[in-house]
Amino acid sequence: MHTFTSVAAVAFVVFSVAPLRAQIQNQTDDGQWTMPAKNYASTRFSTLAEIDTGNVKNLKLAWSFSTGLSKGHEAAPLIVNNTMYVVTPWPNLLYALDLTKPGGPLKWTYSPQPTASAQGVACCDVVNRGAAYYKGRIYYNTLDVHTVAVDAATGKEVWKTQLGDINHGESITMAPLIVKGKVLVGNSGGEMGVRGWLAALDAETGKVVWRAYATGPDKEVLIGGNFKPFYAQDRGTDLGMKSWQGEQWKIGGGAAWSWISYDPDLDLIYYGTANPGPWNAEQRPGDNKWTSTLFARRPDTGEAIWAYQMNPHDVHDYDGINENILLDLNIHGQLRKVLAHPDRNARMYLMDRGTGEVLSAEPFAFQNTSESVDLKTGKLNIVASKSTGSKTVRDICPAAPGGKDWQPSSYSPRTGLMYIPHNNLCMEFEGVQANYIAGTPYVGANVRMYPGPGGNRGEVSAWDPVTAKTVWSVKEMFPAWSGTLVTAGDVIFYGTMDGWFKALDARSGAFLWQFKAGSGIVSQPVTYKGPDGKQYVAFMSGVGGWSGAVVSGGLNAKDGTAALGFANAMADLPKYTTKGGMLYVFSLP
Amino acid sequence: MSSRCHSDCARSFAVCCLIALMACQREKRDLRPAPAVAVVYGAAAVESDLHPAGKQYRVPQVTNPYEGNAYAISEGQRLFNWYNCSGCHANGGGGMGPPLIKQEWIYGVEPANLFDTIVKGRPNGMPTWGGKIPEYQVWQLVTYVRSMNNLEPKSATPARPDTLEQSSKTIFPKGIAGR
Repeated sequence: MHTFTSVAAVAFVVFSVAPLRAQIQNQTDDGQWTMPAKNYASTRFSTLAEIDTGNVKNLKLAWSFSTGLSKGHEAAPLIVNNTMYVVTPWPNLLYALDLTKPGGPLKWTYSPQPTASAQGVACCDVVNRGAAYYKGRIYYNTLDVHTVAVDAATGKEVWKTQLGDINHGESITMAPLIVKGKVLVGNSGGEMGVRGWLAALDAETGKVVWRAYATGPDKEVLIGGNFKPFYAQDRGTDLGMKSWQGEQWKIGGGAAWSWISYDPDLDLIYYGTANPGPWNAEQRPGDNKWTSTLFARRPDTGEAIWAYQMNPHDVHDYDGINENILLDLNIHGQLRKVLAHPDRNARMYLMDRGTGEVLSAEPFAFQNTSESVDLKTGKLNIVASKSTGSKTVRDICPAAPGGKDWQPSSYSPRTGLMYIPHNNLCMEFEGVQANYIAGTPYVGANVRMYPGPGGNRGEVSAWDPVTAKTVWSVKEMFPAWSGTLVTAGDVIFYGTMDGWFKALDARSGAFLWQFKAGSGIVSQPVTYKGPDGKQYVAFMSGVGGWSGAVVSGGLNAKDGTAALGFANAMADLPKYTTKGGMLYVFSLP
Repeated sequence: MSSRCHSDCARSFAVCCLIALMACQREKRDLRPAPAVAVVYGAAAVESDLHPAGKQYRVPQVTNPYEGNAYAISEGQRLFNWYNCSGCHANGGGGMGPPLIKQEWIYGVEPANLFDTIVKGRPNGMPTWGGKIPEYQVWQLVTYVRSMNNLEPKSATPARPDTLEQSSKTIFPKGIAGR
């Protein structure tokens, strides 16, 4: 491996005009959008360049489509074979829209009919983050813990597999990733005392091929002889049991409710596990492995190759689930195969994705919970005074949703920058006794969030992963809770919770254009080449999710602890937006 | 003089009696509560104001045994956390579940409605607690939820639960809106 890396580095230096395609961030692009993160490297970068910094101001609404639903719309539309596929929040409808006809008329609707009761175990609105296309089928997950395969042409269900039980607090909100004929799916429910897992289903039949738990004995975490964590604290036998007291690992969380990336050359998948439960950390002594952890696994077997726990014994609800963007970068004169992981703890982890070594871990957002990450030991040096327990701790930054939450960043190989949508929230946290009752919340905390320094609750920034520094940054009134999209036209797109869909110059951050949508935007914008050869940009509006629950769930923000404390920071959102799901599609005239 | 005294005394006596009666209910403690039996009061928990052919049926009279009872309210508040009601409904503002401090109730806010909701569950995610918790605790929860909405006598209702001491920094900053 080391020999290979240095050879690659030499090759890079000598043949500096060698095709960039060798780098993982330079993915092929056919103008479609077949998975939420655009490609296995999760760059959300499109090579389409018809829309650029000069003409983006001329964008016009081409057509729109109402989903008929009013909860948070977090999904990315897919565009395959001149059809657009849209997954809605519960009841998880799948709409197929015909792009060959004016106005994108409806081809068919598929309804998986998830039980309504599943809404009662969704921690943070009944959202769904999208579908993935693979060999003629659309794959996605339902809130009531099923994965479905639907014929992309006809809308007929091919198979439907139940993977868990709402009566144990489980649900699924993530978009699957399909790798080597396997549909990778993880559960949600870190606030409900679930035991987290990532499963692989045979794309053909829907049968479960393997399931890797986040807690428990090594054989159930799929840790074996090839497991080589980079740091000492992640080595040992059955740490998924021994780093807990008694049998707490059975209800300890570590769900896998968000993004997965894949490196075909190293044949490794990457994903993070969520927070441990309950939030009151005094009730679960120990490092609580493997929660708030990044895993590298073999897609065929699920076997763990390395793991790195960002937040041992998490005391702030800092899930490790945020996106991992795969990049080949020249770091200190060496071409390194890295992943960039902007963690909830507000640090950007740049890691060697072959070994799990941390190369840098600098803050990308305001934080006061950790001093540093020791790059020799991999240890997070925490600020003890900000650690929670059965007491009240104030001025913890970032708040529970982190420097950023699930809302995914993008990366442009043209600018070499990451575009991070993030939060600027702090919180006070009172730990109280949590009782475990299966199928009900297991939290044990009264939280109130409020705006961080400066008063802006959100921000979108451009980050240089090589220098580990912010290049430019734009403040947003509300948390930037939509993903970003970046194109070869050097334009980035994102939406705001008060309903503005914005275009910025990817190099300078200069404002270029905006459109006011009917409802706040908490989704993932995409771009594609239409059947007419033109470039289109699409996104869904429909406020909701954890941050927008105060609107989508009609919460009473006079109780600041509503929505796990998020309501306290979003009490004014109802003045700026109402609920309602709508798809918008734009093009140049 | 004497007649005035007489009527004054009578009034005072009546007021005293009233206070005593109220206090009686307020201080009542049921030391041998009913065993855990889940009862679904179907007809009692009327959820619609539309009555075909008029309101000409007999509604079984269901009364909250703990109405106005301070002990039941404080016990209800404790149980609200104990059974993780607070996990979904927070301290009344809601979250995973709907808020419980509000004007509009889909399934009604009368004691029988709330009892029904807790025992039977509701289709969009409210769990079915019937058979899981004792009936008297359901009534205590009902009384507490009503007290959140000022539907129980003030004399029996404690101040709003002080779930987290307010710090000046948590007060929503003025002037941020509209930037």
